[in-house]
Amino acid sequence: MQTTKEQSVIYNRAGQRVVSPDYLLFEAPKEKHFMTGSEAVKEAVKRASVDASVSYPITPQSEAAHLIGELWVEGYVGVYFRGESEFGVMSEVAGCAMAGARTITTTSGPGTLRAFENFPMWAGTRIPVQLVLMARGVNAPLTIQPDNLEVAFLLDTGCMIWYAETAQDLFDMILAGFVVAEKPDVHVPLITAVDGFFVSHTREAVYLPPDDIALPPYDPYRAPLPVIDAEVPPGRFLRDPFVMKSNYISYATHASWQWEVRSAIERSRPYAKHYLRGLVEEFGDPEADIVFVACGTASAQSKEAVRLLEDEGVKAKVIKLKTIRPFPVEELRNSVKNAKYIFVPEFNVIGWLEREVRRYLYGHSRAEVIGSPRVAGGMTMPPEVIAKEVLKLTGKEVKHVI
Amino acid sequence: MSYKIYEINEALIDFVPQEIKDLQSKATWGNPKRGVMDLPYAKELLEEHSLCAGCPESMAFRYILASLPNPEDTIIINSTGCTSLVFPHIALHTVHSLFGNQNAVASGIKRVLEWRFPDKVKDVVVLAGDGATVDIGLDCTLQSFFRQEKITTICFDNEVYANTGGQESGLTVKGHVFKMAPKGKQWEKVPMWQLAIDSGCHYVARLTVSSPKRVESVIKKAIYVAREIGPTYVHLYTPCILEIGLNSDDALEEMRARDKERFNFFEYASSQAEEVINRKKEEGLL
Repeated sequence: MQTTKEQSVIYNRAGQRVVSPDYLLFEAPKEKHFMTGSEAVKEAVKRASVDASVSYPITPQSEAAHLIGELWVEGYVGVYFRGESEFGVMSEVAGCAMAGARTITTTSGPGTLRAFENFPMWAGTRIPVQLVLMARGVNAPLTIQPDNLEVAFLLDTGCMIWYAETAQDLFDMILAGFVVAEKPDVHVPLITAVDGFFVSHTREAVYLPPDDIALPPYDPYRAPLPVIDAEVPPGRFLRDPFVMKSNYISYATHASWQWEVRSAIERSRPYAKHYLRGLVEEFGDPEADIVFVACGTASAQSKEAVRLLEDEGVKAKVIKLKTIRPFPVEELRNSVKNAKYIFVPEFNVIGWLEREVRRYLYGHSRAEVIGSPRVAGGMTMPPEVIAKEVLKLTGKEVKHVI
Repeated sequence: MSYKIYEINEALIDFVPQEIKDLQSKATWGNPKRGVMDLPYAKELLEEHSLCAGCPESMAFRYILASLPNPEDTIIINSTGCTSLVFPHIALHTVHSLFGNQNAVASGIKRVLEWRFPDKVKDVVVLAGDGATVDIGLDCTLQSFFRQEKITTICFDNEVYANTGGQESGLTVKGHVFKMAPKGKQWEKVPMWQLAIDSGCHYVARLTVSSPKRVESVIKKAIYVAREIGPTYVHLYTPCILEIGLNSDDALEEMRARDKERFNFFEYASSQAEEVINRKKEEGLL
């Protein structure tokens, strides 16, 4: 029995023992570490059997990109180099993925916008690339501060979007992300968003499995579109067959192709539910009629606000959205059944999450949706501000909160 | 690879047009000595391709495709334009991604294929027009040269944005009137072949496609050098007869005229490239 087990042990190219995603994420013994979000990216990539990564400097994601480079030197990543710009990088990453590599890259703010033409291309070409997006404000005026406006622009690119609250979330989501994105019936890109600086640059406790085990390597031959390596049929293949001829067959082909990308995101739900342990996380009094709907560090701050409100004698809860695409529609609708007030605190001026919440609750909730508090351009969102806003807007007396 | 991946599924063979079956039955693969002399018997491009009658790009396509030393393991990366419409009509693995990112995509593909298949030869060839190579894609083109990517870049220079209706490009000759340059182009044609040398290409050639055998020789050298040393660049004049007001049977004369002036044959090879070229000559492959 023992021998059989030993014979079935598989190692990846880096010499790490390959384990199941469930074992790596849920069952393996975990050790407590203290690290930044950027370091958590490194630790996740180290255990993810990553084949390729291309980098480009931009604050605040640069450190994560440097650390992936160190992993390349150490033999944990197969291909790594610095590209010429984010536009070039995202195209290079696309090439890596088309050639059959598990690929990850990172960017922030203006870099995201520079790269933009590539994101719908990634989705249309059905590559399971993972982009760790460390959100930062966009120009002008020039800012390097945390602000997640850019996520609004990405919502309809055909990429999945997950949003990490903490370094631990980021670590878990990167690993789970490859597993979900590479499912043959999903196989679309994943943008793993996280608030720049708040998570990338702050240290917190992160529980890590051992680093001598790793995810099963990517098998490009299970992809729904043929890998471009001249090893598998069909040959004589144009990746991606553009359908720009002027006839109804090509219109219909293009429309159904785009629809299929969105359907693929929908098909990721059960996998994401399993590997993320649900698409949402609830915190606070389940029966509360004051509900915060938030993602990223806005949900962390809202959790603190729930504690402050408790001191004020006000019951509240937080619905943290772990995925934005697919949007956790049913989960949200169920969790706001008792809600009278729904607050959507955000780190951007436009309130893109408020729009999303309104869109998916329309006709499903009588609660008042309040896009507040909203900060931007690098401002912080102290829990006291959130609590005061809630007390003011719900007509309650402010007792203790300063 | 196995040639089998390029074979038409037997169950579908009755439904496949004859000219597509010809791409398989008349292929000259598996022989690095293949070349343009096979063209009377071989087929590289469907008759019903999307280029205009008499377009020199269709000649260039046939000569290049007949000359690839390793077609069964060659990936072609293209870009948007007249050329991109042709790729469904040839017999190779091709990628269309965005307008101008072809050398970046090719860099990613080449590096990963080298890593995944260290013991196999996989040639990566970029084939794009002048707008894609020199205007919108210049950054990605030159940066791939700087990085010494082992890819061959072929530019089909028709000195105009043809597919969008005849607008001035960076490779338009100074003074020529096109759309978006209604007073004539105000600045000189970009000497892309010289930029390629200065940016680190190990083999560079500039020519028209008036001589099939010369195209074959240049393409083979460019691919062999890219395989071993680093980036190579081939600049081909493929005039847009439509946009310069010529008839379908005028293209060859137009190219022969330019052979004597701005497209007179020019070739550059670094010392490392010379070594490869001489060795391949000794092996009878050039």
